[in-house]
Amino acid sequence: MYPSEFSYKRPKTLAEALSLIASDDGAVFMSGGMTLLPAMKHRLQEPSMLIDLRGIADLHGISVEGGVLTIGAATPHAEVASSDVVKSAIPALAALAGSIADPQVRNMGTIGGSIANNDPSADYPSAALGLGATIVTNARSIPADDFFTGMFSTALEPGEIVVKVAFPIPASAGYAKFRSQASRYAMAGSFVAKTGSGVRVAITGSGNDGVYRWSEAEAALTAALTETALDGITASPDDMMEDMHGDAAYRAALVTRMTRLAVANQGAAHIV
Amino acid sequence: MTTVTLTVNGQEVSRDIEDRTLLAQFLRDTLRLTGTHVGCDTTQCGACTVLLNGKPVKSCTVLAVSLDGAKVTTIEGLAANGQLHPMQERFRERHALQCGFCTPGMVMAAVGVVERNNGNVTEELVREQLEGNICRCTGYAGIVEAVMDVAEMYRDGKVSQNVPV
Ligand SMILES: Cc1cc2nc3c(=O)[nH]c(=O)nc-3n(C[C@H](O)[C@H](O)[C@H](O)COP(=O)(O)OP(=O)(O)OC[C@H]3O[C@@H](n4cnc5c(N)ncnc54)[C@H](O)[C@@H]3O)c2cc1C
Ligand code: FES
Ligand code: FES
Repeated sequence: MYPSEFSYKRPKTLAEALSLIASDDGAVFMSGGMTLLPAMKHRLQEPSMLIDLRGIADLHGISVEGGVLTIGAATPHAEVASSDVVKSAIPALAALAGSIADPQVRNMGTIGGSIANNDPSADYPSAALGLGATIVTNARSIPADDFFTGMFSTALEPGEIVVKVAFPIPASAGYAKFRSQASRYAMAGSFVAKTGSGVRVAITGSGNDGVYRWSEAEAALTAALTETALDGITASPDDMMEDMHGDAAYRAALVTRMTRLAVANQGAAHIV
Repeated sequence: MTTVTLTVNGQEVSRDIEDRTLLAQFLRDTLRLTGTHVGCDTTQCGACTVLLNGKPVKSCTVLAVSLDGAKVTTIEGLAANGQLHPMQERFRERHALQCGFCTPGMVMAAVGVVERNNGNVTEELVREQLEGNICRCTGYAGIVEAVMDVAEMYRDGKVSQNVPV
């Protein structure tokens, strides 16, 4: 399957990328292409210009400074998964990255592309929201709480570029997800982090509006980060996705179960 | 049209291509290297897997134009000096193929598994890391055995150059 015709550009600087995107109404950014290219092959998207962001040095690099782990937007999932810096700072984040798709896709797909796309079943949005990350763009810094604005929708303005994602290093964090047996995307994923401002619980794969925080579980787990703290607490099926993989009640049950598993697996990712 | 220059199986090639040309098409149609198969064409089956700078990727979902200066290894580039690569040899021994359609991609992904883990693999890990490759014939048992064999050879130093450069 061929995508429609387009012209390919590979800028070396943010300034160059910004002037390219301003020069053509049909231009779009590309990183790993693992979401964009399949959509283009199906002619669901027919951009006239592809601006490949991977040649821009600002979008690369992994570092820790002042209790914050920063990952460049163009970093592929495989690099995050195998990074010693990420593994020692936030092991659950490295494990989450290593659970995305398959090795081939992980060698191409990037954290910036995943976060900008905000697929309701994607993994990274739950880590960004659960850890209270800051999404740094060419123009500003956006807290994760304001960044994810609904299914496939974010606070990014047209032509705005995710440059890096800054994750405050938590006391501990864990991730658990239940995958669809066909697509391997999350049907429910729960990222539970013990942060300076209490425990945060971010749920992916289930909500009608994409990734969200489960405040009832957060309150209980802030009191005590133990599985028993969740006894008697169950996710509500209101606003859960329903599709051929499962109805709202089933998804709610999975969210409850995955959250318990994320609590039990701090420092790791538990993949079902 | 854009001129792209890259190294494929150790040889530098330079071609004028449409920007939308996918790596799988570039290999099969432009270079006539038809060992790389296209199964699903939707980034799922892994039949099109090749090594890009030593790492497995699905060539049906990579733009050739983005690969200026890159190194690509296809199934045709694995055998050296008339000798099959150990992974090809073990696939044959272990009956790890039947129709053979998934095989080129499976072998390239398998080489990646051994390389990424320096040969330190378990059966569970091999199965997990071949998740991006679908085989409709074999039931995977022979494939997993072949990868375990090569991983052991790698650990024992019997495979020096797993990924050709
Ligand atoms: C077979 C398969 C299985 C998958 N399974 C999973 C899974 O289990 N879990 C999961 O989370 N994901 C999964 N994915 C998606 C994968 O993780 C993608 O890599 C990711 O969602 C998009 O990243 P990308 O770099 O490929 O982005 P691209 O496809 O290049 O871009 C995606 C979108 O983001 C925009 N964009 C890209 N980079 C930036 C940037 N820096 N700033 C602003 N906008 C930008 C693009 O314009 C485009 O709209 C899967 C993909 C495939 C093909
Ligand atoms: S043909 Fe590329 S993954 Fe199936
Ligand atoms: S041998 Fe036939 S699909 Fe694998």
